[in-house]
Amino acid sequence: MNARKRRRIAFVASLLLGGAAAAVLVISALQDNVLYFYSPSDVYTKKVSAGTAFRIGGLVQKHSVKHDSGMKMQFVVTDGARTVPVEYSGDVPSLFREGQGVVAIGRLNEGGLFQADQVLAKHDEKYMPPEVVDALKRSGEWQKGQ
Amino acid sequence: MPSLFEFANPKKFMDLSGSLLPWLVAAAALTLGAGLLLGFTTPPDYQQGDTVRIMFVHVPAAWVAMMAYGVMTVASIFGLVNRHPLADIAARAAAPIGAVFTALGLITGSLWGRPMWGAWWVWDGRLTSFLLLLLIYLAYIALNDAIENETRAARASAVFAIVGAVNLPIIEFSVQWWTTLHQGESILRKGGPTIAPVFLWPLFLMALGYTFLFFVFWTIRIRSEILNRRSRTLLEMRAG
Repeated sequence: MNARKRRRIAFVASLLLGGAAAAVLVISALQDNVLYFYSPSDVYTKKVSAGTAFRIGGLVQKHSVKHDSGMKMQFVVTDGARTVPVEYSGDVPSLFREGQGVVAIGRLNEGGLFQADQVLAKHDEKYMPPEVVDALKRSGEWQKGQ
Repeated sequence: MPSLFEFANPKKFMDLSGSLLPWLVAAAALTLGAGLLLGFTTPPDYQQGDTVRIMFVHVPAAWVAMMAYGVMTVASIFGLVNRHPLADIAARAAAPIGAVFTALGLITGSLWGRPMWGAWWVWDGRLTSFLLLLLIYLAYIALNDAIENETRAARASAVFAIVGAVNLPIIEFSVQWWTTLHQGESILRKGGPTIAPVFLWPLFLMALGYTFLFFVFWTIRIRSEILNRRSRTLLEMRAG
């Protein structure tokens, strides 16, 4: 390998390193602005103030969904450690249900109730046919260790 | 590496690729056909129902979009280090194909997001970094076209392509580093894939089919660029 070629390889390596360094700097400067949502625990630790628009994500707590008159509904978002109550009026995606992932967009009121303008469903990375789910449920292996 | 660079001779490349191309087309047709057939006959998903079938056109498009960028980066490195015109041509030829697969990934993802998430688009880490991939492809094409001199165009766009490759790991790990609405990793994870084999088969067949399709288009584009340059040289010789 001649000196000219070695110099070119060093140039390519410096491009890769420079690009990576720039990306690391940008990403660390953005920090949690790159997070799409806060978990209920984040809401407590970051002390998000009332009236600030943000997104909250977690699981819809079991037996927490309540429908008021009309389109109004309430449910609780949990991450296993902390919970945040959510109020919303409007249509929910078809995947919205108890025990499922959810992202709500809105703001906390003074009483700590999250008033959502929009509710999105976040599904997990599991894919299987219904028969497999039924078989797992029968054998008691369904959602073990979750 | 004499064995590899023997094919860097345009004449040898034309001969080899010419005889390889029909086989590539056949492989693409076969795998895409089988993938689509399986994709339409698998049972529905327990959560997503029949919408799960969008996965078979969406996920392979995103994979091949990223693979195409990887191919473009490798060709760009060979172009910069070895200064071979065929590497320059190969890098330039991959860009529009990669951009089309990226657009396909974005469009099919949007069509999937609306019924499942409840939104056509969100600005989360995965979606935003993948949109950035499309913009990088478009900027690469624009840069390459903006410089008249072929060699200079190849050098400048190779530098751009190599720096832009930093976006590939960002796309891959975005769902681990940050909270996203996009789902997490289903295939390459500890404890094996979380996708049932009945869905994995059509997914891998379609991925194979898209990959063959990429190489078909790539080969055709490289061949036509070689012929283009040949005919231009002939015309210049006649005029000169």
